[in-house]
Amino acid sequence: MRSWEWARPVRPVRREVLSAVPELEEGRPPLLFVPGFGHGAWAYAENWLGHVAARGFGGYAVSLRGHGASEPAPEATLRAYAHDVVQVAASLPRRAVLVGHGAGALVVAHAMARYPARAAVLVAPVFGGWATFGTALRRNPLGTLPAVFGAGLRLNRRQLFSGELPDADARRYTGRLGRAARRAQWQLLTGADPEPAVGDPPVLVLGSPDDRVVPAAALTRAARRYGSAPLLFPGMGHDLMLDARWREPIDAILDWLVKDPARDDLG
Amino acid sequence: MPTSTEPGRPDPETTTLARGHDGRPVSDRGDTVCVIGAGASGLTAVKNLAEHGFGVDCYERETGVGGAWNWRHDRSPVYASTHLISSRPFTQFPDFPMPDHWPDYPHHSQLLSYFERYADHFDLRRHIWFGTEVVRVEPVGDDRWDVTTRSTGGYGPERTSRYAAVVIANGHNWSPKLPRYEGLEQFRGEVMHAASYKDSAQLRGKRVLVVGAGNTGCDIAVEAAQQASRCWHSTRRGYWYAPKYVFGRPADQVNDLLLALRVPLRVRQWLYHRTLRLTVGDLTRFGLPKPDHRVYETHPIANSLLVYHVGHGAITPVPDIERFHPHSVELTDGRHVDPELVVFATGYLPRFEFLDGKLLGDDEGVGRPRLWLNALVPDHPTLAVTGLLQPDSGIFTLAHWQAVLFARLLRLRVSRPERAAAFAARVRAGAGERYSGQVKDSTRHWFEVGHADYLRALERALRELESK
Repeated sequence: MRSWEWARPVRPVRREVLSAVPELEEGRPPLLFVPGFGHGAWAYAENWLGHVAARGFGGYAVSLRGHGASEPAPEATLRAYAHDVVQVAASLPRRAVLVGHGAGALVVAHAMARYPARAAVLVAPVFGGWATFGTALRRNPLGTLPAVFGAGLRLNRRQLFSGELPDADARRYTGRLGRAARRAQWQLLTGADPEPAVGDPPVLVLGSPDDRVVPAAALTRAARRYGSAPLLFPGMGHDLMLDARWREPIDAILDWLVKDPARDDLG
Repeated sequence: MPTSTEPGRPDPETTTLARGHDGRPVSDRGDTVCVIGAGASGLTAVKNLAEHGFGVDCYERETGVGGAWNWRHDRSPVYASTHLISSRPFTQFPDFPMPDHWPDYPHHSQLLSYFERYADHFDLRRHIWFGTEVVRVEPVGDDRWDVTTRSTGGYGPERTSRYAAVVIANGHNWSPKLPRYEGLEQFRGEVMHAASYKDSAQLRGKRVLVVGAGNTGCDIAVEAAQQASRCWHSTRRGYWYAPKYVFGRPADQVNDLLLALRVPLRVRQWLYHRTLRLTVGDLTRFGLPKPDHRVYETHPIANSLLVYHVGHGAITPVPDIERFHPHSVELTDGRHVDPELVVFATGYLPRFEFLDGKLLGDDEGVGRPRLWLNALVPDHPTLAVTGLLQPDSGIFTLAHWQAVLFARLLRLRVSRPERAAAFAARVRAGAGERYSGQVKDSTRHWFEVGHADYLRALERALRELESK
């Protein structure tokens, strides 16, 4: 029974969806990228979308409400974000693979309970809880503490990127960061666990052991939730899709999609 | 685990040949499940069975998906202005939402495009045999089924395939139910069932009598109010005409807010009566009969416009029909009216002409099966009916969970047969159960379910199935 969801449907908003589709349709499943808090669809458009299309997959990236060029939504909750993801996924021509980064991975986990994804990829997932909060507080007290009182969560360069990324790029990216709604931020700390996924999709977890937002232990915990081990890319920051060596993780994701034996129908 | 057989033409050359009891060849489809009908319930059955790893063959007599909602189909009951009665969140499949920018109550053509997108998104068409109708479904022992098909219209040879299970999703809104009236044969005016009503142009400039206060009857009465030169609306009893919006929100969403808060039925009825009293007002002042029941005891009617047109004098409410005369219709209160056109919006009856009614527990052959959860058949664990429901909300969500339940049950039969057997006993015990409060007993309410009660029962059944 989902009386609450029926009685109070999520308010519709205008959403920004960026896409890059291959010139030749090869019957591969589309990938829907979900950015983490503060990021918009631009974070994927920078490097990953084009690369995905070049390898023959349709690539789509959504900006959650209140992020990027989507409509502002200061009162949004995790449920509204998950709703955004499911809405875009259902509008794609075929069953989509959901890819979530950071807190976007938690949004994807929630969306998986409402949409039978073909597969899901959780990149440096932030599933919230007090341990994540502790890490963030230790690494960046000035950016983290105000978020508890409803201000925007601020992440600094050292948390997001490795030293390999050119200074100018890093500055440009951090300049584009926005913020998530305060209720959604609080739900990171206190929100309920995602419901079990429908349709039994295979899940891949990947991240970096040198990520300054998600500790390696959290990666292992997230992967264990889906019965696997995380795929690790040492030397990279939290924003794997923007960091200097962005090519490695996305290639690993696509290879997994092509090779995964349980998904032999992917072609 | 069931192996997923690749769908394809059930070709006798590549499959094991068996002989049916009449000696004709039967192609054995192994673990594949047969779904009858590619309407809303059929599509969700195909999708969920495939998702649970089963091979699926779906037979559809028409050439497109959408069943009743595809206006191109000759059995489709939709008319040009058909809109949804339940609002979007209640109507969509639970794992494939309708687009946000659609209206609260979408039009039937939007619904058709929704089903087409559903079929494409989950790649269901490769499972469906269009233009193929099912002639016979017979049990062959070992809980397997022989399904005989031929191309629609009876052309071409019949072909029999053997399946591990069968899902009947042939719909129940296509076989018109026409009441009998004395003198109807002598009546000189035009008579039609709502099934053949397609467009309001059919009413233009005529004196029209609309019979029946279902949602269709009310819709047609409203159209007649705008198009016909005169409109009488004949109802058996007084009804509660719920507006589509209350307190600035779709009415069913307000109702479910109360359900979510677990407000007891009596209180909800009182609140409902209060709200109607304050918004719609007392209907007896228009000559409408006072309802002889409380709300929630008959299938809900959601129509904001009927009362509006009654108030403008465009619809004249009249009681039940006593008998027909060649040039007039006599009503139970002795009045005579002289319509040129009588539209019977008197509903539909379910029909399973390809199946022995006794298999579904329909011993009298009236088309009312005895099932558990309106879906599972006692003594036939591999047979299910989906979408045979008349919920007070959208039907597709319910059909989705029925399909999930059946798919899990079939999987359990393979992985843990002893638990599946225990569940079969549960099905036998629960057959004929009702999932609504007290309702008026008429064919109209045979399949009436309260969506909250029903979904809770279904949820319990799913948990029972999963429990160790």
